[in-house]
Amino acid sequence: MMASSYNAKEEDGHHSGPSSHGGAGAVKSKKPDNTAFKQQRLPAWQPILTAGTVLPAFFVIGLIFIPIGIGLYVTSNNIKEFEIDYTGVDVSSPCFSCAKNYSWDSTTSCTCSVNFTLEQPFESNVFMYYGLSNFYQNHRRYVKSRDDSQLNGDRSALTNPSKECEPYRTSEGQPIAPCGAIANSLFNDTLVLYHVDSNGTKISIPLAKKGIAWWTDKHVKFRNPGGNDNLTIAFQGTNKPVNWRKPVFELDPDDRDNNGFINEDFIVWMRTAALPTFRKLYRIIHKKSSSTPTLASGRYILDITYNYPVLSFDGRKRMILSTISWMGGKNPFLGIAYITVGSICFFLGVVLLIIHHKYDSRNSSADIPN
Amino acid sequence: MGLDLSTLRTLISRYCAGEENWVDSRTIYIGHKEPPPGTEAFIQQRFPDNRIVSSKYTFWNFIPKNMFEQFRRVANFYFLIIFLVQLIIDTPTSPVTSGLPLFFVITVTAIKQGYEDWLRHKADNAVNQCPVHVLQHGKVICKQSRKLRVGDIVFVKEDESFPCDLILLSSSRDDGTCHVTTASLDGESSHKTYYAVQDTKAYNAETEVDSIHATIECEQPQPDLYKFVGRINIYMNNEPVARPLGSENLLLRGATLKNTEYIYAVAIYTGMETKMALNYQSKSQKRSAVEKSMNAYLVVYLCILISKAFVNTVLKYAWQADPIRDEPWYDQRTEAARQRNIVIRAFTDFLAFMVLFNYIIPVSMYVTVEMQKFLGSYFMMWDDEMFDQELGERAVVNTSDLNEELGQVEYVFTDKTGTLTENNMEFIECCVDGHVYVAQAICNGQVLPGADSMDMIDTSPGPEARQREELFFRALCLCHTVQVKEEETVDGIKQGIHRGKSTSFYISSSPDEVALVEGMKRLGFTYLRLKDSHMEILNREEEIERFELLEVLTFDSVRRRMSVIVRASTGELYLFCKGADSSIFPRVISGKVDQVRARVEHNAVEGLRTLCVAYRPLSPAQYQEVCLLLSRAKLALQDRDKRLAEAYDIIEKDLILLGATAVEDRLQEKAADTIESLHKAGMKVWVLTGDKMETAAATCYASKLFHRNTQILELTTKRTEEQSLHDVLFDLSRTVLRQHGGMSRDVSGLSGDYMDYGLIIDGATLSTVMKPGQEDSNSGNYKEIFLEICRNCSAVLCCRMAPLQKAQIVKLIKTSKEHPITLAIGDGANDVSMILEAHVGIGIMGKEGRQAVRNSDYAIPKFKHLKKILLVHGHYYYIRISELVQYFFYKNVCFIFPQFLYQFFCGFSQQPLYDTAYLTLYNISFTSLPILVYSLIEQHINMDILKKDPSLYRDIAKNSLLRWPIFIYWTLLGVYDAIVMFFGAYFLFDNTTFTSNGQMFGNWTFGTLVFTALVFIVTFKLALDTHYWTWINHFVIWGSLIFFVVFSLLWGGIIWPFLNYQRMYYVFMQMLSSGPAWLSIVLLIIASLLPDVLKKVIWRSLWPTTTERIQMKRRCLASQPSTIFMLSQTSSRISF
Repeated sequence: MMASSYNAKEEDGHHSGPSSHGGAGAVKSKKPDNTAFKQQRLPAWQPILTAGTVLPAFFVIGLIFIPIGIGLYVTSNNIKEFEIDYTGVDVSSPCFSCAKNYSWDSTTSCTCSVNFTLEQPFESNVFMYYGLSNFYQNHRRYVKSRDDSQLNGDRSALTNPSKECEPYRTSEGQPIAPCGAIANSLFNDTLVLYHVDSNGTKISIPLAKKGIAWWTDKHVKFRNPGGNDNLTIAFQGTNKPVNWRKPVFELDPDDRDNNGFINEDFIVWMRTAALPTFRKLYRIIHKKSSSTPTLASGRYILDITYNYPVLSFDGRKRMILSTISWMGGKNPFLGIAYITVGSICFFLGVVLLIIHHKYDSRNSSADIPN
Repeated sequence: MGLDLSTLRTLISRYCAGEENWVDSRTIYIGHKEPPPGTEAFIQQRFPDNRIVSSKYTFWNFIPKNMFEQFRRVANFYFLIIFLVQLIIDTPTSPVTSGLPLFFVITVTAIKQGYEDWLRHKADNAVNQCPVHVLQHGKVICKQSRKLRVGDIVFVKEDESFPCDLILLSSSRDDGTCHVTTASLDGESSHKTYYAVQDTKAYNAETEVDSIHATIECEQPQPDLYKFVGRINIYMNNEPVARPLGSENLLLRGATLKNTEYIYAVAIYTGMETKMALNYQSKSQKRSAVEKSMNAYLVVYLCILISKAFVNTVLKYAWQADPIRDEPWYDQRTEAARQRNIVIRAFTDFLAFMVLFNYIIPVSMYVTVEMQKFLGSYFMMWDDEMFDQELGERAVVNTSDLNEELGQVEYVFTDKTGTLTENNMEFIECCVDGHVYVAQAICNGQVLPGADSMDMIDTSPGPEARQREELFFRALCLCHTVQVKEEETVDGIKQGIHRGKSTSFYISSSPDEVALVEGMKRLGFTYLRLKDSHMEILNREEEIERFELLEVLTFDSVRRRMSVIVRASTGELYLFCKGADSSIFPRVISGKVDQVRARVEHNAVEGLRTLCVAYRPLSPAQYQEVCLLLSRAKLALQDRDKRLAEAYDIIEKDLILLGATAVEDRLQEKAADTIESLHKAGMKVWVLTGDKMETAAATCYASKLFHRNTQILELTTKRTEEQSLHDVLFDLSRTVLRQHGGMSRDVSGLSGDYMDYGLIIDGATLSTVMKPGQEDSNSGNYKEIFLEICRNCSAVLCCRMAPLQKAQIVKLIKTSKEHPITLAIGDGANDVSMILEAHVGIGIMGKEGRQAVRNSDYAIPKFKHLKKILLVHGHYYYIRISELVQYFFYKNVCFIFPQFLYQFFCGFSQQPLYDTAYLTLYNISFTSLPILVYSLIEQHINMDILKKDPSLYRDIAKNSLLRWPIFIYWTLLGVYDAIVMFFGAYFLFDNTTFTSNGQMFGNWTFGTLVFTALVFIVTFKLALDTHYWTWINHFVIWGSLIFFVVFSLLWGGIIWPFLNYQRMYYVFMQMLSSGPAWLSIVLLIIASLLPDVLKKVIWRSLWPTTTERIQMKRRCLASQPSTIFMLSQTSSRISF
């Protein structure tokens, strides 16, 4: 405004000349428009927050939240969840030796078996997760260490990955595919589940490995480098991540739709977790028939091919079996929170009612509805 | 060029010789003619050409200069640093997040300034290229204005404006005068007369003018429009004749020639050295209290920011002291990073944290505040109620920086004449030696002296008295600077003035003079015109009397009088003097002083403006002496004003009192009502006037500043003559404090039954009070005692004030220990100093020119508009901006604090919680418009109520909405909301699934969940604060939420081709597909808003403010059966 003062003043002086002689034209032009907006008289709704108006809202919130909370809490409690730590920290634990004698270079993989018992049958589909603790997948250096263009099948990015992938960008002079710290640290334990039936025989439980990744990730965001049906050729000129035992095109040699970048285990891993303790979907155990539970109660054996070292950073590995409701896995928090907030609202409603009657009872008749 | 070289040499030699006395003045060769040899060897100086450059930039320097100017602002500089840090080091967020908003802000500002500068360039070009006529070699040629040089003789025709500052050499009139209007300079549309140099006025043909051989010595350019000192040396027959030059010879650039066919004048100041150009330099900027609070908050937030970054850095290094945590096998550093020095690494980390949290001080706040102020000020200009039909003017906003300060005013300093009063003078009466003549009682030139009630009237004046009476009338007809606005021929004027006002009228810079001359006309003596230094008067017998005007001793506010020296046709010499009673009476040696004084005092109590008239017959010898004195003073180059004043002092003495006049200045419409409202609003109103005490006091009573039960305390020269100032002050303070002894001080003003005090102080006493005491340690206390007295007075009247004293008073109050917000309002040039001094300066578009309006922050047509501008606009602006400021900090705490908390869960790795797009757009588009619209149209109470109930103004006094407790409340609210949001999302995500297909969400979903809750919470919080829901509010609030959702869907909806990351792909949709995400967002919103709603409701019920009480009362009155249910506003759009 200040800047334009020069012009304004020139104009000013110019105007004041004629207006002093009583020019009617000048009068007209300066008269402000009498519109509702310019006169700040737009029609408006003028609500005021008073005890009277807020009261019903508090009660309504209370009345809605408490049942929702109870519903959520009950749902959460009905979910069956089983969790077992197989890190092998204790000497007594079966994976102790695997955990202890771990080395990246070993060609033979160490296996161990964990026995456990399910007290209750798991009725609906069961989701099998692996969980890691103290693993900072949300560390900044880690989160950004990927190349989405490469993962999307971009050929130039395949051979020339983003700088963000450093120091997992090249190995032995060749670009790494998939590059970056996330891919490099792909979880590579193999978990196999057996049911031990009453006569002691191990029955392998079929674990579905499809449907564990987001559909959009698998079909849009992740793509193998195109142009060639043969993935081995498509990935030619690239090297495997240093920690991997096999190259990316051998992640699932049996299923072409689950191999390379579109391997679902890989995609699941690539979605970095929000917190240092996290779980990731590993397999799904589909319900076979309506009569028998998916996982009957009884003894089970978890066979682990122990490839993934976590003890070096004081981490833990878990296997989780969980059923799922409409609201996801077991999480009493939401239900409790709803009940708490609902009760607080209800309680505050009562307090406000008292305040309202005591202090502004004058207006009560006008303000309280119904 | 040889000439240039020689000039250079002389320049160098001049500086080497140390002839510093030349620096103060300049020498101009008229028509570029060298002075005859043998005279003093003047050194040719170099002057700029006549190019006016109001533009700041050129095409070439625009970008660097503009950038430099913009980044000189602390805020911009801060953001630039953040941006550079992001560019240089590896930071968590992309440089785009801060670069884009900064770029946007800088570009918009640059475009705006560039456009304005382009307009200025255009205006400059138009001015610089407009043709001017210059005399060269005896011929008038046409030149572009910018090529004009100092020393050129310029030819200006009627109605043309002057291209530069000129010294008038001659005009088409024989008497060498010309008429000029300075409307575009100071807004005074009256015609002023300027005089040619006596020795050159005869040269009014081309060739004659060309033959003038003279040099002008004058001071270097000064911005003061009304001061000029110089000397012209005319070489006739090689004998230099020196003549003084004053401002009456100086034609200023921008003024326009009127009623004069043509003039010849010589250019002395050109281009940027003209007085007009020097006056366009910007004034010092005022900052509002809100801005100061805002800056204080900024400092707090900067500290928070730095401490956050520091704490995080320390924790980071403590945490990763364990190498396993620092570099687990899955997350190795690059070799280069590993090599880096630990100190550098720590510092980089600190900077990275700073960058991560820098959004807590958002760029957009500055933009929004600026926009709010700029756009908001339009409501003031648009206000129909502040439009004055009569003047055809509406309110003018010169600076929008102080809008909210209008809601904070504690002291109002008002001028009296033209501000409280109309400055529409009407001649009421005159008193000659105790005979009273009332203008109304005159018909057809017949004098019917006096009304019946006046006891002093002698109905049969003797011949001697009659002579005195006529002398008095003549004195008033002669002693003035009124001009006759000529429309037609001399005969026309004669008839016009005599028969009616239709064809000609009087013009003067002082309305009193016009009133007096018109009054005289009604009493039978008509002033006709000034012709050839002769003033012509038409007396009662229709005869023209001619008086030769010899000298005019012009009016000034220090002397408070003016005089003329005339020679009657009979040859007698008279000095007529007219002025304030206090400046005349001490100089009077005879006359009926007591009667006149009684009458003057009587009139003053009535609220009339009085002037005394006296004369002094001069003998030729005395006149010679006077002439000598004056010419000596006028010729002086240095201290001319002082010497002139001394000369005047010597001349204006031994006067014989003739009588006094009384002129009424009516109160402005609704002045009393306005003052009463201001009082009720808790403001203290001080009247500062140059008028005398009695007149001013009468006006104060009339305008309800003093009530009948107000106890008046006087601190005037009259009292201090009797007692020492010390005693008077202590006396008064005792009186005042005794009253307040019983009750606590803050009750004062609220209850009406306590004793009201009014203080009257005059200029002389004030200056003794203010005088810093050297030897006396007590005198330092005088100021304090005086302030203490003032504090307890509801109204203060300061009379007999010089303009500078007005500013002094304002400054005294401004710097007193409470630091109250002051407002000064005035209409004349004498108010400018106080207008500039006060926190808010308001100009009234009055009759005394435009200077006050020009220098003010806001200008209003009438005093009554002050009520609306303060009580309504000021109140609204304050409410709006304070919410804007608090809300902005609040929403950014909400925004950044979760990010801070997240650091504890991601190994202090500066991992941002939100996606880059969200970081960038949060302040720019998701949450910016609702608050902007709120801050433009919020009305917590209706306008009419605000006007009806001024006491509401007290609710916001003392910056009450931006005090620290409230700021802390908002900040804590922000922190609470942030904690609720973050931990709500944390527990939801904690090692569990919340989709119905068992799939897991990642860190971006976590951030998006928090962000979605955040946008809704922050917007709803504003919705809860909004009291005035127009369709615009609805549109903007719901619109920005919808925009957020649509944007998120779009942002996650496709693989963006030119981005190197796709982390947000389908994140938002996946989140929406999960039931618990919805439930938790709803929960978080309710839980976050709960405490604020609760606080509001409880406070309103238990400790309601006046504002809230009024709101309730209105509701009660207007209550309809309909319920207003806050949380379902979408459905209910009730408008009252």
